Amino acid sequence: MRLRTTTRTTARRATRTTAVVAGVSSLALLTGCGAADMTKQASPFAGAQGAKTVTLSVQSWVGAQANVAVAQYLLEHKLGYRVDTVQIDEVPAWDALSQGRVDALMEDWGHPEEEQRYVKDKKTIVPGGDLGVTGHIGWYVPTYFVKQHPDVTDWKNLDKYADQMRTAESGGKGQLMDGSPSYVTNDKALVNNLDLDYQVVFAGSEAAQITQIKQFAKEKKPFLTYWYEPQWLFKKVPMTEVKLPEYKEGCDADPEKVACAYPHTPLQKYLNADFAKTGGEAAALLKKFKWTTEDQNEVSLMIAEQKLSPEEAAAKWADSHESTWKAWLS
Amino acid sequence: MATVTTAAPRIAVPGVLKHPVLRKLMLLALAAAILVPLANARWASGSWPAALTVDFTEPLTKASVWIIDNRDSHPLFLYFFGHISNAVVIAVRAVYLVLLAAGWAGVTAAGALVAWRVAGWRLAAGTGIAFLACGFLGMWIPTMQTLALMVVAVLASVAVGAVLGLAAGLSDRMDRILRPVLDTMQVLPAYAYLLPVVLVFGMGVPAAVLATVVYAAPPMARLTALGLRGADKEVLEAVESLGTTARQRLLTARIPLARKELLLGLNQTIMMALSMAVIASVIGAGGLGDRVYQALGSVDVGAALAAGIPIVLLAVVLDRVTAAAGEALSDEPQPGGRARWLYALVAAVAVAVAGRLAGRLDWPDAWALNIAEPVNRAVDWMTDHLYSGVPVIGGTADWAAHFTTWVLDPVRDTLQWLPWWSVLLIVAALAWLIGTWRTALTAVLAMAAIGVLGVWTPSLDTLSQVLAAVAVTLVLGFATGIAAARSDRVERMLRPVLDVFQTMPQFVYLIPVVALFGVGRAPAVAAAVVYALPAVVRITTQGLRQVDPAALESARSLGATPAQQLRQVQLPLARPALLLAVNQGVVLVLAVVIIGGLVGGGALGYEVVAGLAQGDLATGLVAGAAIVCLGLMLDRVTQPTERRAKKGA
Repeated sequence: MRLRTTTRTTARRATRTTAVVAGVSSLALLTGCGAADMTKQASPFAGAQGAKTVTLSVQSWVGAQANVAVAQYLLEHKLGYRVDTVQIDEVPAWDALSQGRVDALMEDWGHPEEEQRYVKDKKTIVPGGDLGVTGHIGWYVPTYFVKQHPDVTDWKNLDKYADQMRTAESGGKGQLMDGSPSYVTNDKALVNNLDLDYQVVFAGSEAAQITQIKQFAKEKKPFLTYWYEPQWLFKKVPMTEVKLPEYKEGCDADPEKVACAYPHTPLQKYLNADFAKTGGEAAALLKKFKWTTEDQNEVSLMIAEQKLSPEEAAAKWADSHESTWKAWLS
Repeated sequence: MATVTTAAPRIAVPGVLKHPVLRKLMLLALAAAILVPLANARWASGSWPAALTVDFTEPLTKASVWIIDNRDSHPLFLYFFGHISNAVVIAVRAVYLVLLAAGWAGVTAAGALVAWRVAGWRLAAGTGIAFLACGFLGMWIPTMQTLALMVVAVLASVAVGAVLGLAAGLSDRMDRILRPVLDTMQVLPAYAYLLPVVLVFGMGVPAAVLATVVYAAPPMARLTALGLRGADKEVLEAVESLGTTARQRLLTARIPLARKELLLGLNQTIMMALSMAVIASVIGAGGLGDRVYQALGSVDVGAALAAGIPIVLLAVVLDRVTAAAGEALSDEPQPGGRARWLYALVAAVAVAVAGRLAGRLDWPDAWALNIAEPVNRAVDWMTDHLYSGVPVIGGTADWAAHFTTWVLDPVRDTLQWLPWWSVLLIVAALAWLIGTWRTALTAVLAMAAIGVLGVWTPSLDTLSQVLAAVAVTLVLGFATGIAAARSDRVERMLRPVLDVFQTMPQFVYLIPVVALFGVGRAPAVAAAVVYALPAVVRITTQGLRQVDPAALESARSLGATPAQQLRQVQLPLARPALLLAVNQGVVLVLAVVIIGGLVGGGALGYEVVAGLAQGDLATGLVAGAAIVCLGLMLDRVTQPTERRAKKGA
């Protein structure tokens, strides 16, 4: 009797052990035994049904959507890839690039810290060359207001108009509207160091900022906003840049002491290092992808204002600019 | 604060000191008389004294840099987190591939047949239509991605929740340990822990699934524990007398007896997971949430709605089907039930194969409805005509400006003007009046923690927005709830509206609120009200309807007018439900603080969003922790103690 019980327990323990071993080993098999490669973490939706896929990151502004829409259109219709897009802000996108969750970042506005870390130290990301578009951040007022008060375009005169720029949110001062927290901005320091009678109000997202600008424009109200080029909204709401103290190399080095304008930045592309090597035609296309500010705005405007889907907008652009993109395919 | 009036019972007790409320207040006044001069002498400042803050920026920044530097090489990541991450990716991918292989016809058929078996014909038809609608909206692939993510996230949440619930249900000690943990998991705004999860697991699906588990597992755990504890004593004794072992008792009696709670837990978990599916889009989870988020980038409400509707449909279908499954449990099992499941399975496979053979695996592009354009036109019309210059009542922008100047500004300024110790005193008094000295202590400590974290001023700004939003929600919610309780027709008409508001991803109404109210705190409050209103209306209606009909009848026979009945019978008797509505209103409003950050609400919401966007762990996590503390404090101040023990999910 006693013997039987023992054998039974042993047997049971044995089955349990086998189960555990089987479980662990199948997990290990599934996940590829031993160490997990943290730099090869593709999206689970990539490459479904045996298709060649590319995953592109999209940032929240429409210009970035335009880059990706055109790249996606060409990859899908000319090279037979399937393209997945994922919306991420720039800084997290660097992270995702490094891990292989996305293959390319089409429009970067300059992140020296990340560049040092991932491109120079870790070598998990490689530069993909110029996008061909130059970005510039600045303060803008609507052109209809400039026509009435031409001197508003110099920062020294801004205080004169603070009253007219006041809103319920700006607490007695003029409102300087900033956008998404993911954007590069020194505006709080600028207002402070230039001693302006303005309050920075963060719209919190570009969508909110655009919506508000359009509402102001509909009523022809004056406003002062952080904004940037290239941007499709200029075609709908013409805006004029306010002159800030001139930008000089290094004048924005100390975030607390900034008292100068923003630089002009040639926008860059970045690719996952692995993808750049093994990505074949897709990687080659993305590296050669280079167009002009006008091209980008044309597509952006179709997406944002005519409400075409990014794919339709890209197709329309591609039809009329064959010579531009033919060069990227060769 | 609305709770003050409801919290103080209006019973006249002779002898001033015998009155419990007064006694508590006297004690508190005594403590204050001793402590305040001391505190004031040492740290005389209106705002939280700098000497009492701890700066977490450096350690948090160091931690995040360490993670990023070691993520690709440290054994902890290579052998532990990496495998978890890979397992999630593989699981999601497997489900996704199965869904794709079944094709749209197969998935629709399978969904409808499952609904038919557990919930009957009507829900089966509804399910089928819902899936087809996702296709017609041009969202088939994103819907399948979300579905794959959901399946894995829900399974993981249920597993985690069931284990925690089992522990809490079987051991009192575990219950005591787990309760604050579950509380924190639930009040923690999802945004606050997205960042650490992303740091560890990287952008995308694994981080999204794990964040969802944190958010969606607590209701499962709570309901599992509740079910196990609530099992009929007599049945258990009977089973015990049969000489069963503890494990047999658990498997054959306690768990089957708790089936109803378990299914309710599943239902709640699914709902929470779905609401997370959208938030997770911010960290690149893909699927429907990502479509909503991308549409917002081009300020396209129509396209956002086209991606939002499938989420609502999925939520409504899953809610109704799992709820029906819970009700069906009490019925006798039908004869031949198993055979019918088999038929259903065969039929689903047949449809899938037929779709495959017909070469119709992908949703045909031609079958698409474009709802974006008419929706955008409607939104444009609305904002054109309502934003400003409406005769007599003024435009929405004017309202927003007045609301900001007359309500939000004074509340914020008062809160920020109050000396820091007086804020603590007020919190202590409110929490003590409604609860015990323990709740008061928790509330005060939570509030003090905000000061220690160094975010006192922005937190009071957020608090002022929350209070304003809760007040508006309660006024609207109680009024609507009373109307719905008095008329079945109103309630029937409200139901689908509430469903939509409750499940529609909050991102969708980001643009309309800005278009109507401009950028600032006013649209943030509006978004919060829209989100919290349905729950308040539902709880109010239910509470009023459950008032003892006999009490109402006797009031009527005494010749009370409907208004008198409402004021003197229904509302007092429904007080517990109304208090619960207040509590839920607070919790839900707080959940949308982040969305407020996206439309110009500033304060803590903005800092959390900024932390995530800039990969800045210090800013994001500290602001997130402050939101948790606010939530904890507000929960304690609005929730009577006796109910906490019974709180389900």
